Amino acid sequence: MAPVREDSAVRASRGDLRRGSAMLRSGREERVPSQRSMAARTPLHARHVSAQAVMVEFAGYEMPLRYSSIRDEHVAVRTRAGLFDLSHMGEVRLRGAGAEATVQRLVANDVAALPTGRALYTVICNEAGGIIDDWIVYRVEDGFLLVVNAARRQADLEWMQSHLLPSTQLVDESDETALLAIQGPAAIAIVQTLADCELAVLRPFASRLGKVAGVACRISRTGYTGEDGVELYCGADPAPLLWDALLEAGAGHGLLPAGLGARDTLRLEAGLRLYGQDMDEGVDPYSCGLGWTVRLGKGEFIGAARLRELDPENPPRRFVGLALGPRQIPRHGMTVRSAGAAVGEVTSGGFSFSLGHGIATAYVEPHLGAAPLSIDLHGETVPAHHVPLPFFRREQPPRRRGD
Amino acid sequence: MPDLSGYRFTPTHEWVHRHGDTATIGISDHAQAQLGDVIFLDLPAVGAQLRAGERFGAIESVKAASDLYAPVSGTVSEFNATLTDAPERVNSSPYEEGWLLRLDGVTEGDVELVDEATYLTRTEE
Repeated sequence: MAPVREDSAVRASRGDLRRGSAMLRSGREERVPSQRSMAARTPLHARHVSAQAVMVEFAGYEMPLRYSSIRDEHVAVRTRAGLFDLSHMGEVRLRGAGAEATVQRLVANDVAALPTGRALYTVICNEAGGIIDDWIVYRVEDGFLLVVNAARRQADLEWMQSHLLPSTQLVDESDETALLAIQGPAAIAIVQTLADCELAVLRPFASRLGKVAGVACRISRTGYTGEDGVELYCGADPAPLLWDALLEAGAGHGLLPAGLGARDTLRLEAGLRLYGQDMDEGVDPYSCGLGWTVRLGKGEFIGAARLRELDPENPPRRFVGLALGPRQIPRHGMTVRSAGAAVGEVTSGGFSFSLGHGIATAYVEPHLGAAPLSIDLHGETVPAHHVPLPFFRREQPPRRRGD
Repeated sequence: MPDLSGYRFTPTHEWVHRHGDTATIGISDHAQAQLGDVIFLDLPAVGAQLRAGERFGAIESVKAASDLYAPVSGTVSEFNATLTDAPERVNSSPYEEGWLLRLDGVTEGDVELVDEATYLTRTEE
């Protein structure tokens, strides 16, 4: 699941400091909400401004890039906890007798056996097998809740409308819904102090209805950081109250508010794809390494015919993880080479605060085997070591008896 | 806030603080704020010759790689070795602990150097 297109809030290029400053000037102006900006605001906008967050426009929303430093916020999530405002994400409900068949037609994964409250990750393909978006799909008490990328919301809604089966009602609840994510090893303990139900029993990708700080929420054990934690879906109106309560409850645990900058560095370390940057309609799920979300045996769905023609083991391209040196930071769009020849391009890259070196994901030609790779970095060609994704995996807590 | 009365600034966001024919150079608070977290710096070795207006190194932040341009000419007498382990000092203290280089034999070139007030006015344009 992901923010989108105009992609990574920490997107980079090379220039002098003057150019660097021009790149972010819009962000700076938005710190004092500018009259020029037509961007939408989340229900927590006033909280971000009063916390003096650096604001950037992302997917049509004014969003916090960072409150303090991306490094500090990243480390907080890996070692303690971070609180994110993800209210720009889209929430769409499907209800009615045709809802399940409609979901099955739209998504590549299989929701038939999904129990109430549980969620799954899936890609949505067009007829050509290209990825239209990636969603988290929950089966809820009265149908399905689809969580979609903010920048894809309008396109997704049109796509859904054009493929609705009879007896299916679609409601876009994005504007009335806030989404807060608390991520990190202390996240569950922090939210538990405010919750009216036991959170430890919620398994990954499970959710339930409950109250946190008295605010009615869907409490979901999901995230986009590679850490344990929960995401809380609540109404827009009480969201600031919930935000304040979480920050207060987390103060003793070292909880920090965290922006899109840390979200991007965390998700890259965790090997999680970002729609619009790591994948788009020109990419099939196998090339992207998301073949595990495709269930060709479940019956017909949009794109299935084309996906059946592909060999899941030998897709047209291969999505790989690359590790560089401590002073080598790969960036989106850089060329990947093998024996001098261009064989691919970096989709996401950056510095891994957890590992202390540069990391990147890239599409490369499929039949390179173990051939050494390199990346064109500011005029130099530097070795890039092919490593398995994710780059970073948190240590699993010891399993409790009975698990 | 440190006293910046002796500091002068380039259009490319570096600062220089001269003491006779020696000088200290760094990047402005505005520049560090725009760049975000500094990850590492490429700085020249002691003895390297800087020429005013020419590239002398690079600074890599979470956001971008940026070239650094010399505000003045001179010979590198010292680089800030603490930045190797703590590059974030450029963010937290750009005018003091986050200095980049000290130079000897300093002469000025064609680079326009302005005081802080003028610099701040220009960054707000």
